[in-house]
Amino acid sequence: MTAKTLFEKVWEQHEVVPETSDTPAVLYIDLHLVHEVTSPQAFSLLRAQGLKVRRTDRTLATMDHSTPTDPDEVFGRVPIKVESAARQVKELDKNCREFGVELLGLGSDQRGIVHIIGPEQGATQPGKTIVCGDSHTATHGAFGALAFGIGTTEVGQVLATQCLLQRRPKTMAVEITGTLADGVTAKDLILAVIGEIGVSGGTGYVIEYRGSAIEALSLDERMTICNMSIEAGARAGMIAPDETTFAYLKGRRMAPQGADWDRAVERWRQLKTDPGARFDHVVHIDANNLEPMITYGTNPGMVVPIGGTVPVRPGDAVHAKSLAYMGLTAGERLLGKPIQVVFVGSCTNGRLSDLQLAARVMKGHKVARGVRVLIVPGSQHIKREAEALGLAKIFTDAGAEWRESGCSMCIGMNGDLVDKGQYSVSTSNRNFEGRQGTGARTLLVSPAAAAAAAITGRVTDPRDFLHPLQAVAHS
Amino acid sequence: MQPIRKIESRTVVMPSTNIDTDQIIPARFLTTTTKVGLGKQAFTDWRYDASGAPRPDFILNQPASAGCEILVAGRNFGCGSSREHAPWALLDYGFRAVVSTEIADIFRSNSLKNGLLPVVVDETTHRWLLDNPGATVTIDLESNQLTLPTGVAVKFPIEAFARFCLLNGTDELGYLLEQSAAITRFEQAHNEQAHA
Repeated sequence: MTAKTLFEKVWEQHEVVPETSDTPAVLYIDLHLVHEVTSPQAFSLLRAQGLKVRRTDRTLATMDHSTPTDPDEVFGRVPIKVESAARQVKELDKNCREFGVELLGLGSDQRGIVHIIGPEQGATQPGKTIVCGDSHTATHGAFGALAFGIGTTEVGQVLATQCLLQRRPKTMAVEITGTLADGVTAKDLILAVIGEIGVSGGTGYVIEYRGSAIEALSLDERMTICNMSIEAGARAGMIAPDETTFAYLKGRRMAPQGADWDRAVERWRQLKTDPGARFDHVVHIDANNLEPMITYGTNPGMVVPIGGTVPVRPGDAVHAKSLAYMGLTAGERLLGKPIQVVFVGSCTNGRLSDLQLAARVMKGHKVARGVRVLIVPGSQHIKREAEALGLAKIFTDAGAEWRESGCSMCIGMNGDLVDKGQYSVSTSNRNFEGRQGTGARTLLVSPAAAAAAAITGRVTDPRDFLHPLQAVAHS
Repeated sequence: MQPIRKIESRTVVMPSTNIDTDQIIPARFLTTTTKVGLGKQAFTDWRYDASGAPRPDFILNQPASAGCEILVAGRNFGCGSSREHAPWALLDYGFRAVVSTEIADIFRSNSLKNGLLPVVVDETTHRWLLDNPGATVTIDLESNQLTLPTGVAVKFPIEAFARFCLLNGTDELGYLLEQSAAITRFEQAHNEQAHA
């Protein structure tokens, strides 16, 4: 037997027709997640061609991107302010009813960000192929699934045939050894990885994150890692499933039950890279010396330790243009920089442990004067949990806004916006120009650093507020 | 989709690296439920000021850019979000090909499915194109060649099946639907996994 990587095992189990020099592989898709923004044109295509959804039992829809987070709008007490978003929400509702697709819609208590509810429902499982019309689909790779983002044409193809035409990507191992220090989180780790391999270093690859530092992470943290694979250019990131994975999934609504569960776990245990298997590229990272990280530019690879300075790159016009947009000067220290907005949420950092971390920093403090703090749970389920645990009260007592679930301020299309020129310290995944609103200036950080900035109104080292706490990221 | 064989046009040059799909079409325009009319919003925040007036220093607002069908961009064009609205917007604007040293995976895949040709060239050719904006370039899909006005011709890589579809105006979905029997066999053979 040839030694195989985790990726190769999952890929080969899903080849309906293997690739040839003339044709790509026909790859079977086990789970298709659908949301309101990238699906309308795909459903229109099916309708125009008289096609059905081939496997409604493998298709799960929700609403998250363009949906409001204001409870009055979510629960229909007032109309959705963004009119085109309201139309899109209606359209998905209609499409799901017409084609028989399960929808966790606007009123559902199971609704949430598509990459948060897949795992939460137990629909995300090791060894599955998972796609969604969204580049952060890589999140689900944290369970040992092969999960990647697709375009709307492909959404239509999967709806109609449950398959995609794919060329086999190359494989990259990102080996991470060592231990994260207190106050240094999975978000800091993935930002450091992106800084190391660059925003296109993963183009054409599927990444497998491995090594002792990865094995020590919770599933929430592993999802944060895999989530941002696309920010390094890789369509998919994977982590081999282990006991932590099985413990997370056991008993969830869509996870196997009873004897099926035991058989599934037995199968899932095979899903790891064999000793001696070859990767096309290998990168080593030492987690021991990592610091909390912060971005300073307009892509996630423009990142430094939070105590660092904006890099000096004479003659680099793109760097200069990026700094001009950000209103920053080469050589400038970031610590102490006044900020106006803080956002905690998104498919990167909107899970319960992220909110717990933010709450431990903010507990007993007030939001700095003049700073707007928006805390948005990744799902309605997480929202209820956070309220039951008293986290929501810590946030609202501090003066933060506590909202209904959704993509919110990660993507400026649902009414939650950062104003032109404002600095936003954000736990989301993209600091692109205009991502959080036209002219918005995004600084990407962990939930701990975001919460610390909320209290001081400045870029702040979260460790200043974490001294009494041990390993809070793992709580 | 119309078949593509040859594109001959002057180039528009955007030398910035890592131009992401949020720049090509900002998220606030993604609430549309159709594909049409996105060209007027392509590169909106670079193209127009807050009042909606064209920014004269932006390349697409310069008279020489009118009618250009080939966009030459810096490395890693189309990174970020998977929104297919990006190639829809570029095509609706009037572009038919994008040339760079590196094109992001999902954007490239989406482009091929809509008849926007992603052309990856070597550093030397790219440098020449960046240094000679407005040059008339020929991209021939039958020979997989990009030819500069100097007569220099370079081969570019393109996935065989996508090329076949582009040359013939064929839709991939038709091919996938023809695999129906194989898909059914696969589903039957993997029944246990399906219900696990």
